[in-house]
Amino acid sequence: MIEVQHLTKFFGSKRAVDDISFTLEKGEILGFLGPNGAGKSTTMRMITGFMPPSGGTAVIGGHDIRRDSLEARRKLGYLPENAPVYPDMSVFDYLDFCAEIRGFTGADRKKRVGDTIDKCFLGGVRHQTIGTLSKGYKQRVCFAQSILHDPEYLIMDEPTDGLDPNQKHEVRLMIREMSAEKAIILSTHILDEVDAVCTRAIIIAEGRIQADDTPAGLRTRSPYHGAVSLTFGPTDSGKLMSTLRSVEGVKNTILIDESRSEVSVRVLPRTRETLIADRIMAALSRDRYDLKSMYVEQGRLDEVFRNITM
Amino acid sequence: MRTKEFTNTVTAIFKREILGYFRSPVAYVFIAIFLLLLGFFTFYISHFFEMGQADLRAFFEWHPWIYMFLVPAVAMRLWAEERRMGTIELILTYPITVGEAILGKFLAAWIFIGIALSLTFPMVITVNYLGDPDPGAIFCGYVGSFLLAGAFLSVGSMTSAMTRSQVISFILAVVICLFFILAGYPPITEIFSGWAPGWLLKVVANLSFLSHFQSLQRGVIDLRDLIYYLSVIFFMLFANGIIIQNRST
Repeated sequence: MIEVQHLTKFFGSKRAVDDISFTLEKGEILGFLGPNGAGKSTTMRMITGFMPPSGGTAVIGGHDIRRDSLEARRKLGYLPENAPVYPDMSVFDYLDFCAEIRGFTGADRKKRVGDTIDKCFLGGVRHQTIGTLSKGYKQRVCFAQSILHDPEYLIMDEPTDGLDPNQKHEVRLMIREMSAEKAIILSTHILDEVDAVCTRAIIIAEGRIQADDTPAGLRTRSPYHGAVSLTFGPTDSGKLMSTLRSVEGVKNTILIDESRSEVSVRVLPRTRETLIADRIMAALSRDRYDLKSMYVEQGRLDEVFRNITM
Repeated sequence: MRTKEFTNTVTAIFKREILGYFRSPVAYVFIAIFLLLLGFFTFYISHFFEMGQADLRAFFEWHPWIYMFLVPAVAMRLWAEERRMGTIELILTYPITVGEAILGKFLAAWIFIGIALSLTFPMVITVNYLGDPDPGAIFCGYVGSFLLAGAFLSVGSMTSAMTRSQVISFILAVVICLFFILAGYPPITEIFSGWAPGWLLKVVANLSFLSHFQSLQRGVIDLRDLIYYLSVIFFMLFANGIIIQNRST
């Protein structure tokens, strides 16, 4: 379990991180979301023990990162932002160094390094100097370094940054596969990633937690959550709108698009909990409208993100 | 248990660092320049052959001055480069202490300079061929030179931790080294002798690298000189650790 307790960081008089607290159990993948400069990286740097907090602390599997730092760091894997790695070393030498510094020896170390290289698809560049590798490969080398010792707790600052779509997919798969017996924190700008990987998301803005929920839970905060989108064949839009407005539970209807061949409308319910789809269906079939498509919107994370952080 | 871990991590860092020197052109450039400069000063400025003396004083007297420029050049990358590349974020989140990282890096750089120093062995052969020098004095000269290099290196390691710019680190280290060399130099001490109290003058003069280096060259390993160099190194590396732990980024 990772317990983050009242983490605070001042840079001069600027409060970069302001009293952040949460706990994370094994099996969870927590996505850190927030605009640039919101304090995501600073928070991660404090959790990993790189940066001393101005106040508060983090407890990693029972070990306080400030008082019992070595034990806490032993349980952590960390992928920093921009994937820093020594450019003058070969991939194998570098991972071998990381394994050595974490106390692995002999055959165990060889096997561990070899397995990690295979797992991260680095076999082809095993003996290549890291400085000559592309951004995507460097990112994977740094990723390999973070999972080399099979840590119980994994902290990753933008793990898919700089990867192409296929590589992103691979990395997400790997993270999901590992997640069963690990607690994972990752930060990202990509909202799709939160949907694809995370079981939980925390939105940070101006150093504070603004929302802490599952991705689905976050989406219900969208203004369009539960709204019904409808597309019709050519029809009298004025009459259509008044029909829709008269349905019980409808707050508002918005005409999105009207062309020669199609009319599309979005219907907003009075409250988030009101279910209006079946009543709309009933009203429409009574008046025999030419309904082409209909779906209930779940809300989009980017809208929620914008609402919370702007 | 902790001692085993300590040696294990220091060795890991030491190995990475020292191999790092030889992976890049730094090592070869440094060794070549070091040997060239030493040879030039010993033979052309000090006129080693013309002096007609079978000892290496003309050789050793240049070491402080050559170290003053070359050792900060080796040391400047120790921490500044880690900070610039961001790899410091990894090394400080591994389960190792700051002390282990500093020691591993310092020892690697020190041994590397030691290797360069040992490549001056033709000097020893030459002087033995030409005459009958005192082997004790030569041995002590090398020990003194190696300790001197360590002291310079610890200064450079500390200044390297202060900044992410290798140039600033280099200049700071050269200036501090220059102060340590000149502290016991008569023209400098005279500036202070008019107004500073006598004990302060004595303290400053005793801080000088030169006076301790010269006494070692006479062929006596004085415990006081040894303690002096080791405490300078310890102090500088300790300051290095404090700087690393209190860095802002």
